[in-house]
Amino acid sequence: MPVLWLVLIVFALGALGFVLGRRRALGGAGGDIRLLHSLPSYYGTNVTLLTVVPALFLLGIWLLVQPVVVDARVSAMLPDSAISEGTTRDLVMSDVRRIAEGLDKAVAEGAMTHREARDIRAEFTDVRNRLGAVGVALGSTVGAPELYAAQRYRRIAGEGSLAMTGVVLALALGGVALSLIRTTPSFRARNTVETGIRYVLIFAATIAILTTIGIVLSLVFNTIDFFRLYPAWDFFFGTTWSPSFGGGSELGILPLLWGTFYISIIALAVSVPIGLFAAIYLSEYASPHVRAFAKPMIEVLAGIPTIVYGLFALLTVGPLLLKVFGQDGVGIMQAGTAVMTAGLVMGIMLIPFVSSLSDDIINAVPQSMRDGSLGLGATRSETVRQVVLPAALPGIVGAILLAASRAIGETMIVVLGAGAAANLSLNPFEAMTTVTAKIVSQLTGDADFASPEALVAFALGMTLFVITLGLNVFALYIVRKYREQYE
Amino acid sequence: MYDNPDLARTTVTRDIKIAAHGCQVYYGDTHAIRDVDIDIEDKTVTAFIGPSGCGKSTFLRCLNRMNDTIDICRVEGDIRLDGEDIYDKRVDPVQLRAKVGMVFQKPNPFPKSIYDNVAYGPRIHGLARCKADLDEIVESSLRRAAIWGEVKDRLDAPGTGLSGGQQQRLCIARAVATEPEVLLMDEPCSALDPIATAQVEELIDELRGQYSVVIVTHSMQQAARVSQKTAFFHLGSLVEYGETGHIFTNPTDPRTESYITGRIG
Repeated sequence: MPVLWLVLIVFALGALGFVLGRRRALGGAGGDIRLLHSLPSYYGTNVTLLTVVPALFLLGIWLLVQPVVVDARVSAMLPDSAISEGTTRDLVMSDVRRIAEGLDKAVAEGAMTHREARDIRAEFTDVRNRLGAVGVALGSTVGAPELYAAQRYRRIAGEGSLAMTGVVLALALGGVALSLIRTTPSFRARNTVETGIRYVLIFAATIAILTTIGIVLSLVFNTIDFFRLYPAWDFFFGTTWSPSFGGGSELGILPLLWGTFYISIIALAVSVPIGLFAAIYLSEYASPHVRAFAKPMIEVLAGIPTIVYGLFALLTVGPLLLKVFGQDGVGIMQAGTAVMTAGLVMGIMLIPFVSSLSDDIINAVPQSMRDGSLGLGATRSETVRQVVLPAALPGIVGAILLAASRAIGETMIVVLGAGAAANLSLNPFEAMTTVTAKIVSQLTGDADFASPEALVAFALGMTLFVITLGLNVFALYIVRKYREQYE
Repeated sequence: MYDNPDLARTTVTRDIKIAAHGCQVYYGDTHAIRDVDIDIEDKTVTAFIGPSGCGKSTFLRCLNRMNDTIDICRVEGDIRLDGEDIYDKRVDPVQLRAKVGMVFQKPNPFPKSIYDNVAYGPRIHGLARCKADLDEIVESSLRRAAIWGEVKDRLDAPGTGLSGGQQQRLCIARAVATEPEVLLMDEPCSALDPIATAQVEELIDELRGQYSVVIVTHSMQQAARVSQKTAFFHLGSLVEYGETGHIFTNPTDPRTESYITGRIG
């Protein structure tokens, strides 16, 4: 039974349970809700929760575990002779899975009967052609052990799914029955639901955390793979970035890090003063009418997709800069794509980020501070400079650091605005590239996924992750320290 | 202009520091202060009393134009400091506030050192020629605010680290440091315990020697203790104004009597 149907049935049982539970509670109290411990809907919700949550939880776990178990069992059955020279067990297993999927598809499209799919032999049938007919392309001819393994794979997976359907449905029905039995007027349904809801919320939070851990782990393992193929020293301290997929590439991160930081510094040099001054104007000077209009307008900037900023860099800012600093002008700029182009546009992108965070922080400075300063005969700008900004400074620094980690992680503007050459140069009008842009180009190529040229993307990502994580932690630490001052 | 003409005669004649005539304040459409006439004397403590929302704080804030910082607030009428209209276009509110200092309900020291808190006003207004001058201003202000002994060893410590009563006295020192002529105090003791309150009240009494002090208070005992003149506000109007002793023992207006005996308010 498809998983979707299973989920729908569980939900239907849950809905039915709600009605039954509610009715049973009301019936037990003779229709008078004052005799019940909780409102009738709580009894219904209790039944629903006990029906749906354990069943879906089990379903989720099963779906995660089953492929691993099936893989392990089928893999154990593969004879060593089936693994020819130059391949690994993992590669053969991925072939087996593809064949199994192909057989499934063939059955689903009616190109094969169930029986055929179960019994065909590689010796008598050209499985590759039969599967090719339904659109499943296999790399090589299918040997007998692979086909046999694939058929075992299908059978075990099928048995597993059947068992899963049975167990999940039994659990759901058991949940309905158990909770209905417990539904008496004195049952504390309200408290039970409260507990249940707490666990659902904890579960949601756990998912978010586990995903983060998963992402980090996938980066870590691929990075380790990369460092097996390429020395870490050359990666971190190499000053040349010249990947060549034929081999013999030099993968030094320094030019990329330099590009990243150079562009980020220009972006911050643009966004911090403008964003901060805009925030000060909005929070200290602007009348409510202006504020109500201007603040959303600035925040619109934050809603523009970065690819649009990239186009803006490529088509507007780059040519404009070239006109002034290019051959016809100052003569220090070769092409429209340069560090300056990307930095300026990224700075514009970060303005709303800095301004809206700073605005919140400046507003959090108590009005009594301003009153105190104004009451002593200070002007507004003196008040801002000497009282409001010092009080808000830690928070503003936090905002700037968060903006910096945004700048470091930005990709599209760099891809379109900064060019693709990995340079170690001080001239801001030269093309450079960043870590993120190179991750894109390393992974979008046709590279073998096990080559250092592709795996380097993970090492780059890991480096970037560590840097931005460090910045974020530092920023949060500063922001939190600041909060303690006024609360 | 007094409710009781006899009262005016019994008043010891001092110079009039602030004179308000026909003062009206509007918050948007709300008419917060109606037609207030009052003459505040120099070197006197004047107490504003009245129930919450009666406009006494609003009127106090008119006296140094702090209401200018509130967008929807509008002040009409004539308020004169030493005979000069403070709402005249030529008057710089920033200069005015240097002359008419203010202490707020909640102690609001800046998140700076104690020294910098007190030195804030003198620095802004350029009152000190050199560092030694500034040191002297800070010390004398802290002495006048009766807090020097407690903080002289830790002038570099943050002002926010002091206790509530110390913070309020620090704020008073800060206000005194700009050498104002009038000191406005908006319920300066409402956030303080009785001991700190007693210290601040003592201080107010000392400050009377040099300044005209106007204090808004909810505590009638406090008004009776520290002030020489008392003004009773009710629903945005000035009901009665006169010698403190007179107001508390023999009020003319029945509303004043009701309030000080605790029947309304």
